[in-house]
Amino acid sequence: MSSQQIPEDNLPVVQETAHGAVERHDDPFADPGLPAHKPRIQDLDERAAKRSERAVALMFTLSMLATVGFIASYVIFPVDKIVYIWPFGHVSALNFSLGLTLGAALFFIGAGAVHWARTLMSDVEVADDRHPIEATPEVKAQVLADFRAGAEESAIGRRKLIRNTMFGALALVPLSGVVLLRDLGPLPEKKLRTTLWAEGKQLINMNTMKPLRPEHITVGSLAFAMPEGLDPESHDFQTQMGKAALMIVRIEPDDIKDKRQRDWAHEGIVAFSKICTHVGCPISLYEQQTHHVLCPCHQSTFDLSDGARVIFGPAGHPLPQLRIGVNSEGNLEALGDFDEPVGAAFWERG
Amino acid sequence: MKKLSARRRHPLAAVVVLLLALAATGGLYAAFAPAGKAQADETAQSLAIEEGKKLYAVGCASCHGTGGQGTTDGPSLVGVGSAAVDFQVGTGRMPAQQPGAQVPKKKVIYSQAEIDQLAAYVASLGAGPITPTDKQVDPAGADVANGGELFRTNCAQCHNFTGKGGALTEGKYAPDLEGVSPKHIYEAMQTGPQSMPSFPDTTMPEQEKKDIIAYIETVNGDETESPGGLALGGLGPVSEGLFAWVFGLGALVAVAVWVAAHTAKAKKS
Amino acid sequence: MSTATKNPSAAGPASGRKAPAGERVADWADGRLGIYGLAKANMRKIFPDHWSFMLGEVALYSFIIIILTGVYLTLFFQPSMGEIVYHGPYEPMQGIRMSEAYASTLKISFEVRGGLLVRQIHHWAALIFLAAMFVHMMRVFFTGAFRKPREINWLFGFLLFVLGMFTGFTGYSLPDDLLSGTGVRFTQGAILSVPIVGTYISMFLFGGEFPGHDFVARFYSIHILLLPGIMLGLLVAHLILVFYHKHTQFAGPGRTNKNVVGMPLLPVYMAKAGGFFFLVFGIIAAISAIATINPIWAIGPYRVDQVSTGAQPDWYMGFAEGLVRVMPGWEINLWGHTLALGVFIPLVGFGVVLTAIAVYPFIESWVTGDKREHHILDRPRNAPTRTGFGVAWITAYFIGLVGGGNDLWATHFHLSINSITWFVRIFFFVGPVIAFIVTKRICLGLQRRDREKVLHGRETGIIKRLPHGEFVEIHEPLSPEQLHTLTAHEQYQPLDLGPAVDENGVKRKISPVQKLRAKLSKGYFADGNQIPKATPEEYKEISEGHGHH
Repeated sequence: MSSQQIPEDNLPVVQETAHGAVERHDDPFADPGLPAHKPRIQDLDERAAKRSERAVALMFTLSMLATVGFIASYVIFPVDKIVYIWPFGHVSALNFSLGLTLGAALFFIGAGAVHWARTLMSDVEVADDRHPIEATPEVKAQVLADFRAGAEESAIGRRKLIRNTMFGALALVPLSGVVLLRDLGPLPEKKLRTTLWAEGKQLINMNTMKPLRPEHITVGSLAFAMPEGLDPESHDFQTQMGKAALMIVRIEPDDIKDKRQRDWAHEGIVAFSKICTHVGCPISLYEQQTHHVLCPCHQSTFDLSDGARVIFGPAGHPLPQLRIGVNSEGNLEALGDFDEPVGAAFWERG
Repeated sequence: MKKLSARRRHPLAAVVVLLLALAATGGLYAAFAPAGKAQADETAQSLAIEEGKKLYAVGCASCHGTGGQGTTDGPSLVGVGSAAVDFQVGTGRMPAQQPGAQVPKKKVIYSQAEIDQLAAYVASLGAGPITPTDKQVDPAGADVANGGELFRTNCAQCHNFTGKGGALTEGKYAPDLEGVSPKHIYEAMQTGPQSMPSFPDTTMPEQEKKDIIAYIETVNGDETESPGGLALGGLGPVSEGLFAWVFGLGALVAVAVWVAAHTAKAKKS
Repeated sequence: MSTATKNPSAAGPASGRKAPAGERVADWADGRLGIYGLAKANMRKIFPDHWSFMLGEVALYSFIIIILTGVYLTLFFQPSMGEIVYHGPYEPMQGIRMSEAYASTLKISFEVRGGLLVRQIHHWAALIFLAAMFVHMMRVFFTGAFRKPREINWLFGFLLFVLGMFTGFTGYSLPDDLLSGTGVRFTQGAILSVPIVGTYISMFLFGGEFPGHDFVARFYSIHILLLPGIMLGLLVAHLILVFYHKHTQFAGPGRTNKNVVGMPLLPVYMAKAGGFFFLVFGIIAAISAIATINPIWAIGPYRVDQVSTGAQPDWYMGFAEGLVRVMPGWEINLWGHTLALGVFIPLVGFGVVLTAIAVYPFIESWVTGDKREHHILDRPRNAPTRTGFGVAWITAYFIGLVGGGNDLWATHFHLSINSITWFVRIFFFVGPVIAFIVTKRICLGLQRRDREKVLHGRETGIIKRLPHGEFVEIHEPLSPEQLHTLTAHEQYQPLDLGPAVDENGVKRKISPVQKLRAKLSKGYFADGNQIPKATPEEYKEISEGHGHH
């Protein structure tokens, strides 16, 4: 830095150093010093002071009563008792009474203490001197000398081999801690690229848990599906659903603008991933008139009639589409897995 | 009881009794008649279609076309079914008042009888979902927990966890479901009004719809329990954060001002 | 040591009477801990009174409340993702599969008496804790309390704020409900966007693919042990430094840079600060009695294929959420690799916004070149450029917050979510600029008014008619106390780089860094960027030539 070249005369000339009224006599803005203390009513009138005392005692007594009320409420009200209290609604009698009595018990202790401090304790303002935080030059010199002596005695400056190996050891030892974190989780590998969907897996309706059939799905309706064989009670249901969840709508084939989308649909029935490509919220605010689907988390909007193209919001790429067909039993089935990773984008996604 | 006997002498009492009697007769008729009286039914049906056609010509034809074929201002009604009409007109959405991102719920301007006639006429244009019966939409005995599960899978993405509604694109929205009758919820699921997709019986059977209705009534009704106190709109962290700032921090700052303020000084006499 | 003989209490009371029990206990402790020495320095320590000095206390006390209630919650909470089927008292969850974490949170809410209250106190206190840290930080910023010698304490405070955000976030994720699970899913997606190492971090954090079976237990130890432990250490350091530096004060009669004026710790401050703890706790308890927070029973257990609209984080993560929501979906695919800028840029932006405020004290001290200690606070108007920066930063922050709640703004104000997103995209950049300019103007206006007040006195509102018919308002001269208070602030001169050539006619070398510094200094202190305060000479001239008003 070249601050030496810059004159530091931009600082105000005088910093307030005086303590009280010792400025120049002719300065109309001089500090007149602490104003004289003005007494309160309580300082002059013992009756007023007594009133304050009674007020404080009353508040402490109210607090005691409120605590008794708290215990009484705890004993009296069953935990599931609901009462109507205007304007709060049908509330738990226990929560309401416990909260208010506890609140009062605490509040009145505080109010009593503050009232006491404000009306009865001395309100004379006192000035306390500050002392510079920086050490005096003598102290600083002493500390530096001590430090040099210590460093000298350790010979850390001279014996560089010791110094360097010590730094090396200290730098390496935390690595053990980092290594220990390795088993926090598995490596990503291809986990984010695949889902449970595979050729021949039927689409199971999330509501009825039965296979979906093309005739079930009318134009303008919305249905959700999971892959056949996934058990909602299984250990990894959540993890698998986090990738496999499907949203199914039917669009008049002529209204589908994207050719690949039309090819991957079955008679206009399209299956898109329900997992938003922004950060992975289950997206399904489907507006059947426009075929737009909105994510409730960050408002990414996709056009389901045009390859689920992003038309608004922070998502970076379309929702992946699952290629579907109909099996021999007339049920909808997947014709393979998604051809790209579902959900949020990540570095290795490509 | 006293009140009731006093009101017996009210000039309108006779009318009320008559209406009740008619309703009861109608109910009894509905319960016992249909099987044997197909003929009468058919006549009533064609009468309703005739009446509905007249209503349609006045209130709907300007946008949906004289034969329900649709115009640039309104979609075709061929095949939407009576359920769609019952929902759209029964919730006041139709007839629409002004163009906009979405046709909102409004005051209903037709009587239920007129709505039924309109529905009969539109249903006659082409087969579609039929207005459900009271029994079909009655949530009594339904599985609330299963309804919750289904609601979170199929509905919550637009209507929020407890059906408080939410935003869609370009000013459209999924409305709050509080106070919507079971029949209208059922019809909405069946027909998919406006932006909403439909959930036909083939993918969401009738019982599941009932479960969902039961769930909505439990978590978003007048009697919904909110054990913790004010529900703050049921909107989640945004309203909670606002509350914490305005009332939480607001109250604490007010108290801090009191704690730090100078006590009133005695006036100089 | 020879203190024993000098110390009368250690030598035994001269009167032969036994000292009171309290004193004897204190003596015992002093012999082992040296408490008298500590008490001498601190017992009558002076604290100035101002409501804004208590914002930090709100944060401190809510932190204590969070720890107290948090310990209680650990007694009942099961940090496990093992799945069970619910058979508790809450009807709409009967027979639903859920994690033990979620089930135990339901149990705390519906079966443990007072459990719901403690849960609500814990969560409300967390929201208030972050809000209080935020306003405390802004108070310190706008009054310039971060200046030497308090820069390190500013950083401690800043770290507490950031750690508080992450502690809050990990806590929000623990019940494993549908809302928090969605938030964790977002976090995982954001981690995936990190170039090169993203997938590895994600796999290691979640013990495999999302959601796996580990994150609740892992977040639990982070939430209750790692982060609060660090925060507790920082908090103690923060408080020690507050004691050591002594509190700052506003300018006023008798208040100088060399003293601190106020009330002593014992008794007044102890009563006020101690009382304030109970007030804060009482208010938060009352709020928890009347207002629900995070009703996880209405939200449902986390399922990776389910979602609800209105999926937001708690407010302190809201501005980051906003940045993520309004970011355009940029994605670069090159050489078989994907760079998800649509996620990664907001992630970096989150850090940049926070760092901007953290490093400000160092930038300002570099620009002013001021190496002196400052214990007198600035009124925000007297540092117009700093105040402008602060308001600009808050504006960016709050516009981010608006973006984070764009769906709710849309439904509640009948707007299009797309328009709100575009508004935020533009005003995240334009808003701070406008805020800076407007704030600076307002500050300068207030400075001018102060100057007027000093020179011409206070407007009384009394209109007087002069003999020749003119109406004038009577101005009442200020008291010496007011005159001093309004003129006590220091004003810097803009940095002068000196002549371009030295006395020998040789061109001086001035580094670009210094040129930048001079430019910034001008922006801070040149004419038009601050109003010169009234000088005694101007004052005398006007008050002596007292003919007109």
